[in-house]
Amino acid sequence: MAKVPKPSELLLDYALPKAEWMDTKPDFRPGTWCYPGKAKNLDVLQLPHAREWNPPDEDWKLPSNWKEIIFEGLRDCLDKYRSLRIFMDVCVRCGACADKCHFYIGSGDPKNMPVLRAELLRSIYRKEFTTAGKVLGKIAGARELTEDVVKEWFYYFFQCTECRRCSVFCPYGIDTAEITIIGRELLNLLGLNIDWVVGPAANCFMNGNHLGIQPHAFKDMIEFFVDEIEAVNGVRVEPTFNRKGAEILFITPSGDVFADPGTYTLMGYLMLFHEIGLDYTWSTYASEGGNFGLFTNHDTMKKLNAKMYAEAKRLGVKYIIGGECGHMWRVVNQYMDTMNGPADFLEVPVSPITGTVFENARSTKMIHIVEFTADLIKNGKLKLDPSRNDHHNVTYHDSCNPARGMGFFDEPRYVIQNVCNNFHDMPPNTIREQTFCCGSGSGLNTDEFMEMRMRGGLPRANAVRHVHDKYGVNMLSTICAIDRAVLTPLMDYWVPGVGVTGVHELVGNALVMEGETERTTDLRGEPLAGMEDIENEDV
Amino acid sequence: MATVEFKGKSFDVDEDGFISSFDQWNPEWVEYVKASEGISELTEEHWKVIHVLQDYYRKHGIAPMVRILTKVTGYKLKYIYELFPSGPGKGACKMAGLPKPTGCV
Repeated sequence: MAKVPKPSELLLDYALPKAEWMDTKPDFRPGTWCYPGKAKNLDVLQLPHAREWNPPDEDWKLPSNWKEIIFEGLRDCLDKYRSLRIFMDVCVRCGACADKCHFYIGSGDPKNMPVLRAELLRSIYRKEFTTAGKVLGKIAGARELTEDVVKEWFYYFFQCTECRRCSVFCPYGIDTAEITIIGRELLNLLGLNIDWVVGPAANCFMNGNHLGIQPHAFKDMIEFFVDEIEAVNGVRVEPTFNRKGAEILFITPSGDVFADPGTYTLMGYLMLFHEIGLDYTWSTYASEGGNFGLFTNHDTMKKLNAKMYAEAKRLGVKYIIGGECGHMWRVVNQYMDTMNGPADFLEVPVSPITGTVFENARSTKMIHIVEFTADLIKNGKLKLDPSRNDHHNVTYHDSCNPARGMGFFDEPRYVIQNVCNNFHDMPPNTIREQTFCCGSGSGLNTDEFMEMRMRGGLPRANAVRHVHDKYGVNMLSTICAIDRAVLTPLMDYWVPGVGVTGVHELVGNALVMEGETERTTDLRGEPLAGMEDIENEDV
Repeated sequence: MATVEFKGKSFDVDEDGFISSFDQWNPEWVEYVKASEGISELTEEHWKVIHVLQDYYRKHGIAPMVRILTKVTGYKLKYIYELFPSGPGKGACKMAGLPKPTGCV
């Protein structure tokens, strides 16, 4: 694996490149690209041209008719997605997006400017699909499709996290994430993907979740948390699995079931549902909220999304509550309805505790746990002791997809400010719809890509450093499982001393439960403020 | 995929030096990996961690989460890092022949 440079070694070079962009090839040096998708995983997903290949090699073993495949694929996408044709035609190269990309800010590579990233595809579109491009060629910004272009696509479409910050600033609203999505779709036609995307997607096909947790293991893990909660406050929660007739199906990313610190957030979900007596069930089949199909192609995304609704139908629930996941909400909120919907076998979500009707989920029949909890708090249904989070000084990272994909800004802050006494937002141009990406989204959260992850995460880390230095913030909260996994090394790298948490871990800390014993620690077994001297057993 | 030969045994390894299948694991593998993992001598405590990982994997088809590993072994995470400098996932799982977990981790 590539050695990760020290922070002081990540010098930025914003100098002009020596040659024109069309004549500059990407440098496949370790740390800037991800391992290629393994043939066995492509086979599981029934993706074409599965083979062993390696990005630094000269020969990528492309199928002999690869050019034809790309042109046909692009033609197909242009016919299917009107948005793509508009994005290809409408850009005036004003440059408003140029310095908005975290990868450009952190790497200084001009091809990470969203305008130029899009131009990588647009130049081929012009040459093949526009008269001006066919006649005028380079003068009209057109170029021939060559193997080097395909390599460049692979390099830069897997250096974009599809976070859509650039699109907020585009006067035409060009969605560069959708351009990256199409770019990856075309690459997939040639068997070119990364293993950190197709591996989880293949696991999801086979075992119901990205980690490949089998049903009995999934149950075992949740039951481990049941014991852990009892060790903290003496309350024994009783989750159920695959229970037909439950009112609600709950689905969260499998990262929450397996990886710290997401596991503490999962304990928060269990505690909350128990305390309000929610009639809900887990599923060991639809055991994944995330959708790495979104990072593969439309077809795979559709299949993985369909699983959640198929399970809701099989179990006969009224609706679905989704956990603290990022890109799941982009898929549910923006694509589900026309892709797999309408989910007319489900009901419009109504909170059984408050009676609130979630009109916003009228078509998807799926609500976010944070809006569900915010509604409980607003209606005074939870007993909370925010002082149990007094050892934390919290800020909030708007996860890109819930923020820009569904306008989810206020509910998380409302919940946090009701369960914590110390909260400080980061500067306005780094949060809410302008939030900076974690730098590792869209399936790029793999270790061999660590240098680029640290570069791409620099703007986010910088904003955390600001509130860390100014207000003493020591805890970064977020509502996405990739965030919880990747912000931890990002903080250790750029802002040591800042931890990472999910919002429902904070809720679990503050929640006063019926029959609980006196709490001396938080869910992590760390002493509460003022309880540092009490001897705590390890939990 | 690269192949490693060591003491008469052969292992298929991936880019990060993990063996491609748990079926290929044998004690020679641990001996082969220890030097690159910065471990000078294998102790009973190393083996305890390796065996806990393998027992869980045989039963559940996946590595145990770190919290289960620390609970079952009774070793704090910090101590596991002392035993395996690259950590429970990259170091201990690699030596035990378990695949890397993937997804939002």
